[in-house]
Amino acid sequence: MLAFALTILLDGISYGMILFLISVGLTITMGLMRVVNLAHGSFAMLGGYIAGYLTQNGYDFYFSLAVAAAVPGVLGCLCEVTIYRPIYRKGELAQVLLTIGLVFVVTAAVTEIFGAFPYPVKFPEYLSTPVDIGFRTYPGYRLFLIAIGTAIAAVLWVVIEVSVYGARLRAAVDNANMARAVGMNVNVLFTFTFVVGCALAGLGGAIGAGILSPEPTYALKYVVLFLVVVIVGGEGSFQGSFVAAMALGIIDTLGKYFAAGAAPYLLYAAVFVLLLWKPQGLLPAKSAA
Amino acid sequence: MEAAGPAAGEVGRMTTTPQIPTPPPTSAHAKALSYAGHALPWVIAIAFFFVAEGYRSFGTQMMIWMLFALSLDLALGYAGIVTLGHAVFFGVGAYAAGIFAIHVSHDPILGHLFAIAVSALLGLVTGAMILHTTGVTFLMLTLAIVSIVFEVANQARGLTGGDDGLQGMKIDPLFGVFEFNLFGHTAYLYSLAVLFAWFLITWRIVLSPFGRSLDGIRQSPRRMRAIGTPVWWRLVAVYTISGAMAGSAGALSAHATRFVGLSVLSLLTSGIVTVMLILGGTRRLYGGFLGAVVYFVVQDWTAKISPYFWEFIVGAMLIATVLFLEGGLMDLGPIGRRLFARLRRRPPDSA
Repeated sequence: MLAFALTILLDGISYGMILFLISVGLTITMGLMRVVNLAHGSFAMLGGYIAGYLTQNGYDFYFSLAVAAAVPGVLGCLCEVTIYRPIYRKGELAQVLLTIGLVFVVTAAVTEIFGAFPYPVKFPEYLSTPVDIGFRTYPGYRLFLIAIGTAIAAVLWVVIEVSVYGARLRAAVDNANMARAVGMNVNVLFTFTFVVGCALAGLGGAIGAGILSPEPTYALKYVVLFLVVVIVGGEGSFQGSFVAAMALGIIDTLGKYFAAGAAPYLLYAAVFVLLLWKPQGLLPAKSAA
Repeated sequence: MEAAGPAAGEVGRMTTTPQIPTPPPTSAHAKALSYAGHALPWVIAIAFFFVAEGYRSFGTQMMIWMLFALSLDLALGYAGIVTLGHAVFFGVGAYAAGIFAIHVSHDPILGHLFAIAVSALLGLVTGAMILHTTGVTFLMLTLAIVSIVFEVANQARGLTGGDDGLQGMKIDPLFGVFEFNLFGHTAYLYSLAVLFAWFLITWRIVLSPFGRSLDGIRQSPRRMRAIGTPVWWRLVAVYTISGAMAGSAGALSAHATRFVGLSVLSLLTSGIVTVMLILGGTRRLYGGFLGAVVYFVVQDWTAKISPYFWEFIVGAMLIATVLFLEGGLMDLGPIGRRLFARLRRRPPDSA
């Protein structure tokens, strides 16, 4: 029984890690820059496809991961400067529309280049073999997800809480105008943070490809899930996103084990009720409170 | 502008940058031009029926989406309700009409009315629950609703056919006379009539004091509340009407194709109808019409080049519209006129 509970927990956490990795960038964009970025899933999709293409062509897995993070990062930089910046000050309608347009463009481009079918990432041998973890054997891939997710979450946490960059970021979240007034270049801060968010999405899309497989409908299919993580956690709140991602992963896994049919709509129903009850999310960032 | 109620007048005085209403056409010449402009889309629609026989079902689809876009214009354009879940009304309307035709009665009018009632009820209930929230939270709630309904429709295979879609509905002739045949005469004219009826209703609504108050709510809910407008009730009311209209479009779609696919409840459906409306231009009544035509024509042309190219073009057009042409294609006329005449200042944008 305990072993079974632990299995569910591990499944849930590994799934939650993927959601966290991909969504943390969205937390930054929506929380810090107040952009409703529906195109965030496209960057994750791009990462998945790039990793799939490179690993299938015999490149090293970790090299592929690096490229899968770098390309969406560079692309994110271009997009931020050219099309996101003009809409920061416009209402959320303009932001929704523009980013939906971007989703269409990226989806079409990806389908044109890679074809209309799922494009699996080839994971290294040692990740596809089960590992003995004491009470049972467990897929190495899932353990890898948990390890890398924990590592990145820890690094992010330290960077945001301890470094000067983190202090600036938090300051800009609280009050962008005041941050500008004391001489911070908020524009560069925004661009840099946006790039990091996109790169993390690409990385998450690549290593999570074993669970959320890259396919043309990826961007529209999963963006709701990523938005749920951000909104439920509270916009701009990293801890909130982490908690929400884990909770979502575990709830989803529980649902799959115990109520296979009802799982999807139970999840959305839970989100619906939670948002009616707490419109600001679970752990809203200080600026939103 | 006599129709404008006291509420609209108040707003005009209170806002610092009041929206300048287009001056009503004064000269006989301008009046005639205005009537001709209003008649034009309907004349084209009727002419299309006789001229483009092979494209009638294409035209029917277009009008169904025009109606859907018009319903979104009422909620998003006029009342400023930024939703991504409008597909839920279209989908529920389509499923309601289809299920009604299979299990209750083959009569198209009854089925249509049933679909309208169901989607209006959905609009009333969900609207009452979520319209007190704003911004991203509201957006998420609309997404959650459409996701819940999608999953329910996916699971309830016995009733909806799941991901195979709803098939096997039989539709009686309209009024017992006009059969829904392969050539699509009836479906085309029926859709045109329904579209025209809803257009008149929408026109009446947006010019009424109620419609003017929606305009005010879009610009500043706080000020409208301060002058005593029951903001929440007005929003729930317009959301319900808009939902009913979208459900009507869904019912038309179900009756015309005798099929309902699960994909009507996807985010893509909401996305496409929003693209149409924004491309054409919001708050113009005809904006969605123009947008739907442009969308379908572009889709038809580019799909011949490559099956995915249309999505690319539509996305690029949407980005360009948001960045450079806030009023949509319907704005091109006034912009052109202004470029020539440079008479009036550009009306302040209200986004």
